[in-house]
Amino acid sequence: MKLIVAIIRPDRLNEVLEALYRAEVRGLTVSRVMGHGGETDRVETYRGTTVKMELQEKVRLEIGVSEPFVGITVNAILASARTGEVGDGKVFVLDVDQVHRIRTGERDEGAVTPASPVMA
Amino acid sequence: MTQLPLLLALQAAPPAPPPAVVPADTAWMLISTALVLLMTPALAFFYGGLVRSKSSLNTMMMSFAALGIVGVAWALAGYSLAFGDGGASNAWIGGLGNTLLAGVGVEAKGTIPHLVFFAFQGTFAIVTAALISGAVVERMRFGPYLAFIVLWSLLVYAPVAHWVWGGGWLMTRGVLDFAGGTVVHINAGISALVAALVLGPRKDYGRQAILPHNVPFVLLGAGLLWFGWFGFNGGSALASNELAGLAFTNTFLAPMATMVVWILLDYFRTGHATAVGGATGIVVGLVAITPAAGFVSPMGALALGAIAAFPSYLAIVWRSRTRLDDSLDVFAGHGIGGATGALLTGVFALKAWNSAGADGLLAGNPRQLAVQALGVATSLVYAGGMTFVILKLLGLVTVLRAAPRTEGLGMDVSQHGEEAYSSGEGSILVMPDAALSVAPAATLKPQIAAR
Repeated sequence: MKLIVAIIRPDRLNEVLEALYRAEVRGLTVSRVMGHGGETDRVETYRGTTVKMELQEKVRLEIGVSEPFVGITVNAILASARTGEVGDGKVFVLDVDQVHRIRTGERDEGAVTPASPVMA
Repeated sequence: MTQLPLLLALQAAPPAPPPAVVPADTAWMLISTALVLLMTPALAFFYGGLVRSKSSLNTMMMSFAALGIVGVAWALAGYSLAFGDGGASNAWIGGLGNTLLAGVGVEAKGTIPHLVFFAFQGTFAIVTAALISGAVVERMRFGPYLAFIVLWSLLVYAPVAHWVWGGGWLMTRGVLDFAGGTVVHINAGISALVAALVLGPRKDYGRQAILPHNVPFVLLGAGLLWFGWFGFNGGSALASNELAGLAFTNTFLAPMATMVVWILLDYFRTGHATAVGGATGIVVGLVAITPAAGFVSPMGALALGAIAAFPSYLAIVWRSRTRLDDSLDVFAGHGIGGATGALLTGVFALKAWNSAGADGLLAGNPRQLAVQALGVATSLVYAGGMTFVILKLLGLVTVLRAAPRTEGLGMDVSQHGEEAYSSGEGSILVMPDAALSVAPAATLKPQIAAR
């Protein structure tokens, strides 16, 4: 099993969630983060103060998936989060030592849903 | 209640030539003008709370900007078109005699200085134009929006105000519109509907939930609107007298009834008394009592307010299930609410309360209802048609809508270069000398002062 961490644009979040739902990926965590991915800085002015906003708002998704789901999940994110402009974000795939489902005590593959992709 | 004296300088009555400025009237109209001016910032909060945070500043600026640009247009030409003497064509449009405020001084107009009358009417023109913005929020570019409201205030608001209040043809037919149910609310409501249709829905509309980002702002805005509305309706007596007291108290009562009914409807439909619903009920009640405020009894105002909740409530529930993205329900609130109020004025009006008014249906005068319907229909057709023409013509010379990408980022950063809620994290100060250089902002090589 793997932990997939994706950093995406906030305005693509709904498209990504929709794509993950269609791919039957269930169970994820979303957080708002600040980051910088090489995009052009935004310039804002407040009275006499002009600032460059170096950090942009991004959204981080964390998804624990079973091995058969790794490719499906990554492809769903890549396709739905892409705008083609600098700053679209990254997807990281990390190895995971253990996973425990708190409610049942299930471990590892049993704790990330589902164990294998359901081919509709 | 005794018969009201006839010497009232009523907005909807032909101006008698009174001798001089009356200090008490002037004092009340000065206050009223400030109260109505406050309604535009209040509307900014009402609307600003209802949109997403990424476009909240843009939404509020759409109202605030009207304070500047529509006010200037009103002083330069709008006032003259609405209230100037149109000579032979006075039935249709005022003249150009008062453009650039020519002939508008401290001499008496009614019983108040002419300048005060001009300023009071200006606050109406401003808030009416700002009302339309609720239908085009989160997608209309700011520049074309400004061009639109200036043209609209001159080509739609000023003529309709002239027809109903400035001695035009609807006034001579006896349409009762105490403080602007037709001129302000139906006018803005139908224009908002047309603008929403011309602009098209927001890209996320109907695809994802678009929720109010700050409901306390919505309540604050509704409360301040109510406060300002005492000037809107009470001031429309144009004097400090019995009629102002009647309009004031009706403005006090009607929204109370609307809010009670609205919350009950909410409760039975969703199981909750919602705050956004309560705020909306207040505004709909205020809209509905506007044309009737100086013509109906206090109990009539309560009944009118209670009845007015139903059409607007149903319209809002229905609208949100369609592809019509009148984003903040300007048509349901102001168009439907204004039409309901205008028609009910023809039902509840009583000469016993205002001898300069008329009797309505309940007092045995069904003709008044027909006259009211004429006013409503005229405003719907003219304002709707003109809004379509203005927006289509503007669309030929500029792009009305922001690009989908810009819409996704939010209108605050793209239109104003500001954010409503910025933590300041990750911002780098651009030093003044760099900011003053002529290089375009995006290519600045700033001196980094602090990280």
